[in-house]
Amino acid sequence: MNVHTQIRRNDQPIYLDYQATTPLDPRVLEAMMPYFTHQFGNPHSRSHSYGWEAEEGVEKARAQVAKLVGADEKEVIFTSGATESNNLAIRGVAEFYKDRKNHIVTTVTEHKCVLDTCRHLEQQGFEVTYLPVQKNGLIDLDALRAAITDKTVVVSIMAVNNEIGVIQPLAEIGKICREKKVFFHTDAAQAAGKIPLDVEAMNIDLMSISGHKIYGPKGIGALYVRRKPRVRLVPLIVGGGQERGFRSGTLPTPLCVGLGEAAEIAMNEMDEEAKRLTKLQQRMLKGLQDRLPEIFVNGDLEHRIPGNLNISFAYVEGESLMMGIKNLAVSSGSACTSASLEPSYVLRALGVDEELAHTSLRIGLGRFTTEHEVDTAVDELVRHVKKLREMSPLWEMAQEGIDIKSIEWAAH
Amino acid sequence: MAYSDKLIDHYENPRNIGSLDKNSEDVGTGLVGAPACGDVMKLQIKVGPDGLIEDAKFKTFGCGSAIASSSLVTEWVKGKTIDEAETIKNTDIAKHLALPPVKIHCSVLAEDAIKAAIADYRSKVGKK
Repeated sequence: MNVHTQIRRNDQPIYLDYQATTPLDPRVLEAMMPYFTHQFGNPHSRSHSYGWEAEEGVEKARAQVAKLVGADEKEVIFTSGATESNNLAIRGVAEFYKDRKNHIVTTVTEHKCVLDTCRHLEQQGFEVTYLPVQKNGLIDLDALRAAITDKTVVVSIMAVNNEIGVIQPLAEIGKICREKKVFFHTDAAQAAGKIPLDVEAMNIDLMSISGHKIYGPKGIGALYVRRKPRVRLVPLIVGGGQERGFRSGTLPTPLCVGLGEAAEIAMNEMDEEAKRLTKLQQRMLKGLQDRLPEIFVNGDLEHRIPGNLNISFAYVEGESLMMGIKNLAVSSGSACTSASLEPSYVLRALGVDEELAHTSLRIGLGRFTTEHEVDTAVDELVRHVKKLREMSPLWEMAQEGIDIKSIEWAAH
Repeated sequence: MAYSDKLIDHYENPRNIGSLDKNSEDVGTGLVGAPACGDVMKLQIKVGPDGLIEDAKFKTFGCGSAIASSSLVTEWVKGKTIDEAETIKNTDIAKHLALPPVKIHCSVLAEDAIKAAIADYRSKVGKK
């Protein structure tokens, strides 16, 4: 069986947007199938075998997810995805402890669903500190330490950034939070299954996981909620009291099973996959750097998942480049903001010049990316960057030795 | 975003890319936009002794709509007097290329670029 041709038809562009979403692994689909058909029972039904079988599937999946992050299965609850998990973790904790504490610490480069949750809480009277990041995209641990007060209830810092792929120092952050006795929540949507995570070693109290970022189905995610010491949450969705009362509603059995299977495959193949993707990442970067001057990688290259590159192609506007490379599916930022014309807030937070921020592309490599696809992508990128630079007045000025910053541009 | 065939044609086969001698007496140069905003257009016109625009060139840093808008106006201004060229409106450009609403500013920039090139040419002629 050629897995690769199952994933992409020949007439489709090469998929290089693995941070937006990943295709379902065919093995995951196979595990899910019976739960769409004859094992359709409600996993909460206790009176017959349909229910028991479905429950068995769900509980196996819960254990698989727990194992991926070093948790106990009782500490994993299923949600509709990382957005819900992030909402539940931050709002749930903030609201439960609001009589004693009213302060949240997060960073400026979080995913919109964390930032928006925090904004929402600010409107309700909570105080939020948005930590800046350094030029490499990582937070300054001293700044974190200084930001935590005796009113701080939770620190929410993402494990891996969705635009630049940088990995935050989770163990160090966890240690600081434990010392200061505040909860540590991490949005691990881009990290789970890609890098080793251990809620015990890293002192993580809450962790959000997404199904469709790890070759599982869309519409399912998980939230790890620590039991010892216990983290309490006010639920967002109330009803039948499923998921320890944190999240009511009948579990979508096939999706849960899919997430579980995806987690197990990711765990078993993590080392091998990381090695393969590192090679592809280096091949792509070297291929571009050898043939194109003045390209810059945004975010730390060392502390980064191997499946991500975020590159500024100076003097070439990103949207026009994407229009040219029709055979490549990439993005100029996160999918959630790609309809806006503003340059990425993540790149701005790194202090990337605005003109360079307009020239960046996010390239995501993943499980089904081949060497041949990487080489094709490099050729296509090089060809179009060269063509667009020939068209670019800024490139022309740079070649003439004119400093673009010395010109007084009229903002429009 | 779905673009019109005309827009895609101008993006893929841009007309009149290049540069004219900006120091030449009969060349007017307009440079508008800002790198930090994501669009910069350089548009140049060369005016013949008969007062007609005999050549036009452009270079653009910007999205596909910006490239197409500037490519289109270089076609439109050729053979026109500068007074005629000055009447080109951004709305005509936007309509011709069927620009989506979020891209209207590209046509505004293209109109600004012609006006700036004409103003530069006039200032050179005036100095003579």
